[in-house]
Amino acid sequence: MEDGRLARRQDTRTNIGMTVAQQTPTPEAQAKPNSPPLRNGRWAGYWHLLMARMKEMQREPEVIFWVFVFPILLALGLGIAFRNKPADVTSIAVVAGPNAQDVLDLIQRSPQKSSIHADLLDRPLALKGFRLGKYDLVVESEGKGSFKYFYDPARSESVLSHAEVDSALQSAAGRQNPLATAVVVSSEPGSRYIDFLIPGLIGMNVMNAAMWGIGFAIVDMRQRKLLKRFVATPMRRSDFLLAIACSRLVLMILEVGLLLGFGRLVFHMRVLGPVLTILMLGALGALSFAGVGLLTACRAQKIESVSGLINLVMMPMWVFSGVFFSYERFPAVIHPLIKVLPLTALNDALRATILEGTPLTAQPERMLILVLWGGISFALALKWFRWT
Amino acid sequence: MAAAIQCRDLRKTYDGKVEAVRGLSLEIRTGECFGLLGPNGAGKTTTIEILEGLLQPTSGQVTVLGHTWQENSRQLREWLGISLQETRLSEKLTVRETIELFASFYSQPRSSDEVLDQLQLREKADAWVGKLSGGQRQRLAVATALVGNPRILFLDEPTTGLDPQSRRQLWDIVRAFQQNGGTVLLTTHYMDEAERLCDRLAIIDHGQVIAEGTPADLIERLGGHHVVEFEASGNGNDGANADLWRTLPGVEAVRHDDGLVCLSVREPHTTIPALLDAVEKQGSALQHLTTRQASLEDVFVRLTGRHLREE
Repeated sequence: MEDGRLARRQDTRTNIGMTVAQQTPTPEAQAKPNSPPLRNGRWAGYWHLLMARMKEMQREPEVIFWVFVFPILLALGLGIAFRNKPADVTSIAVVAGPNAQDVLDLIQRSPQKSSIHADLLDRPLALKGFRLGKYDLVVESEGKGSFKYFYDPARSESVLSHAEVDSALQSAAGRQNPLATAVVVSSEPGSRYIDFLIPGLIGMNVMNAAMWGIGFAIVDMRQRKLLKRFVATPMRRSDFLLAIACSRLVLMILEVGLLLGFGRLVFHMRVLGPVLTILMLGALGALSFAGVGLLTACRAQKIESVSGLINLVMMPMWVFSGVFFSYERFPAVIHPLIKVLPLTALNDALRATILEGTPLTAQPERMLILVLWGGISFALALKWFRWT
Repeated sequence: MAAAIQCRDLRKTYDGKVEAVRGLSLEIRTGECFGLLGPNGAGKTTTIEILEGLLQPTSGQVTVLGHTWQENSRQLREWLGISLQETRLSEKLTVRETIELFASFYSQPRSSDEVLDQLQLREKADAWVGKLSGGQRQRLAVATALVGNPRILFLDEPTTGLDPQSRRQLWDIVRAFQQNGGTVLLTTHYMDEAERLCDRLAIIDHGQVIAEGTPADLIERLGGHHVVEFEASGNGNDGANADLWRTLPGVEAVRHDDGLVCLSVREPHTTIPALLDAVEKQGSALQHLTTRQASLEDVFVRLTGRHLREE
């Protein structure tokens, strides 16, 4: 009986094998290796991981937006909002009245006529426009060469406008200046807000892209158990982390190049440092933030928790590291703290290189800060990384 | 035959309280297909992941191909091919790219083309992983395990959720690997899979091995050879009746299952006439009567009083 039971079982087994064998070529025959044995070199795994990561990013349509469209839109918006108004034209309102035309005539005759834009309005409208910030100054003629100014000493444009218009009216009316003065105009590319902004945006973009790109990718792979699957192979763990970090480099070149080109074409920014140096800085920054990104994502299990962490890490740098405005505005006491932030080092180095043409060798401490942040974060990430 | 995998007195406690594995010992021989069969939550995945070196046991020893994970993990990784229970491979890589990626981790991998052919993924080679069916994904998961040319193949629930045809394809792949001299360790909660595929198996429940042997042997020993199932009207399934059924000739065990009485019998042809007489004497009528070969399911129910698919 026992034998019969066994025989039945083996019959079933053979039968199944035969059925399938009829459907498909025999798997055994194919399983025999007939090609020469392959041998992988030390860096085969790293190289394949890097290429796989690049392909994945390239096939992700959102990447195009975040990497290319978003920074350009940001630069465009900020560049327009903070553009230098042509020769600082000041808008003033002249209150309509019997002598209003005198004011307009005087302004027309003054040397400053090109920098003053005057509208003729009724008193309530003029004052309303002034309150809303449309006009920097309201001028009312009181007849017989006597004028009244409405201005707000707390608004710098209003103060400037007052001085400018008063000077215009006085000199048009024949005031003689007791001193002979001359001015040299200095409003060339290099000292404008957009010139300050573009390097800051490049730095911020390198940080954003590295932190989000890496943080999300890592946690996603952890959730999918892909990390666990990888460590079930002989893959070197450091190769994996290195490949993820380096996958940012190609995108970084595109991002930095795009923003620089955009600044040059649209805002006629002058780039004094060599492009190669700027790209090397970008690469150093990208690797440094890749390390920080790996460390940030080294334990998180969920996308939600890593998002919070990434924001927490980046927030101080958005505020302090001089992206949109100079950190000189913060109290001098905290400047040393601000200067050791990686984004501060990157932004300062980018500004020095792009705007002043300072070589990297002249700013070793900034390079060192970036290397230390990247290196220490990478080592800690490798130590603490949760693969499962 | 030499042991491919040995473990002694494995224990794994999660967070100091949940005991997933409680003193488990196994010996898997080179060249055999060994199955861990048990319901969900029995500790199969924890056990296989400890053997794969992915989890640290709380206590106990593991030896794989004569090495321990502590001293020689890098070499062991070259020798093992692993398919985890739930890995979602990158959806935006193609099948070929995925296989080549995994191949690149091994010092002497098999050629990707060969693996593509063996797992019948050739026509999907350039399709994104995200576009594959469940069966194709599972074959790809096994392909990533086979491309390293492993000596031992670990499969954790390889056919869960697959259609019958995909399951058979996978079984063939496992057999082909075994026929080329490979050793296979798999977990499953499908008794038919264990019965057809495994040379030997261990039935696991609550983190312990409750029975071990060849499928035929386990069925012989614990399931009875045949099962006679019936329902008789006019009587409850009370203890008195159970005693009555047990006295019938050839009956080895009696159990009640969802209104049915199941008798494990050695020879149905002697038991059934006696059963018919007994029912008639009681004045009740037979509602159903079926006989079938005993299965691993019967073994499991006999050992635990529960079905494999129940909690």
